[in-house]
Amino acid sequence: MKKEIKLKINGEEFTEQVEPRTLLVHFIRENIGMTGTHIGCDTSSCGACTILIDGKSAKSCTLLAVQADGKEITTVEGIATTEGVHPIQEGFKENHGLHCGFCTPGMMLRAIELLEKNPDPTEEEIRWGISGNLCRCTGYNNIVKSIKYAGAKLRGDELPSTEPEFVE
Amino acid sequence: MIPSSFDYTAPSSLDEALKLLRDLGDEAKILAGGHSLIPMMKLRFAEPEHLIDLNNVSELSYLKIDGDMLKIGAMTREVETEESTDVARYFPIFADVAKLIADPQVRNFGTLGGNLAHGDAANDQPAVMLALNASVEIAGLNGRRTVGIDDFFYGFYATAVQEGEILTEISIPIPKGRSGNAYHKVERKVGDYATGGVAVHLEFDEQGICSKAGIGLTNVNPTPMRAVRSEAALVGTILNDEAIASAAQYASEDCNPSSDLRGDVDYKRHIIRAVTKKMINKAKQRAFNN
Repeated sequence: MKKEIKLKINGEEFTEQVEPRTLLVHFIRENIGMTGTHIGCDTSSCGACTILIDGKSAKSCTLLAVQADGKEITTVEGIATTEGVHPIQEGFKENHGLHCGFCTPGMMLRAIELLEKNPDPTEEEIRWGISGNLCRCTGYNNIVKSIKYAGAKLRGDELPSTEPEFVE
Repeated sequence: MIPSSFDYTAPSSLDEALKLLRDLGDEAKILAGGHSLIPMMKLRFAEPEHLIDLNNVSELSYLKIDGDMLKIGAMTREVETEESTDVARYFPIFADVAKLIADPQVRNFGTLGGNLAHGDAANDQPAVMLALNASVEIAGLNGRRTVGIDDFFYGFYATAVQEGEILTEISIPIPKGRSGNAYHKVERKVGDYATGGVAVHLEFDEQGICSKAGIGLTNVNPTPMRAVRSEAALVGTILNDEAIASAAQYASEDCNPSSDLRGDVDYKRHIIRAVTKKMINKAKQRAFNN
């Protein structure tokens, strides 16, 4: 009882046969072979599987692949351009926004939608904005800094300092 | 985890969805945002043979002011109620509640209709709908009917939506005079169900006397609960400290929480008393600051 779905992933068109019970995250990782979208908790708590569907951030472990029929999906593989990395990637790199990196693709995709809706968020707005993404290494401070940096870069403002802050 | 096998159809109109529902009977389940149903299917708590996905039924997704009612299509996403300026003008409570429902990604998909039709007393929107005195439109192939929110929740996962029917619209009366509303829940962490939550809506006459009060409680009763004695304690008063304290006390006495990992009964009653008081004050403050 497979269904045919047509969708775009990172600008490329795909037509595939899938079982209705196939989760979108498994489809992206196993059928398409893009493994940058991670599976963390598999219960829509951790946000490691976050992707963009028609520009909206979504947890792909809690969507069916058949629901993506006709949609445009962006994963971490699709955010850099030939000109270089995406400002959010640069933000994470410059601010040490990751340690193990497992949560990073989901964090960045979520941050992209956050900054699109709110180009200059406060620290509190960033923290609420990534409340659906868990990180077990960084303690979040550098992730918040990374997103602030990317916001400034996207706005064309002066970039904030990337120096580590020491707490007395 | 992968759900057990099922068949899937995504109709593009309500009529088509209702016909499918009639033909498939109780083997079919309606899929709205899916952020309660799909996790349940992964855990095999639900094993429908057929999913009817409403996500392509665009006629069920809208937010509009129609006369003296705010009308919200059942497939309207939580994020849309959170960000709508029309809604925020009269009902800042929607921004309060949405912020506490799961997380931004989930709110991009979760719908108001799904939140209510799921019939879970741990969900947050039912208490808000009780406070705002909403009514719900339910469609079947034989027509549409309207059910007041007090007659909507039957029991655990059971609502007034019967076999062959789909919840289509939520209507909320727009307050005429001075009004204010607020929601808060105590939760252990982001995305958790409420240890206890309280929704308050207040309306005032020209003398500043409370003319209407709506108070709904989250996750402290088998069904979403209206705090009837608390409401009565406020109406006709200027909401002095004494009236607010009685309303908070009644809410804590009248709710029926159960002991679980989120806390024991006494703790939950304490939470309800404290949050009821806070939310009455917040709603009052909003009413008199506008």
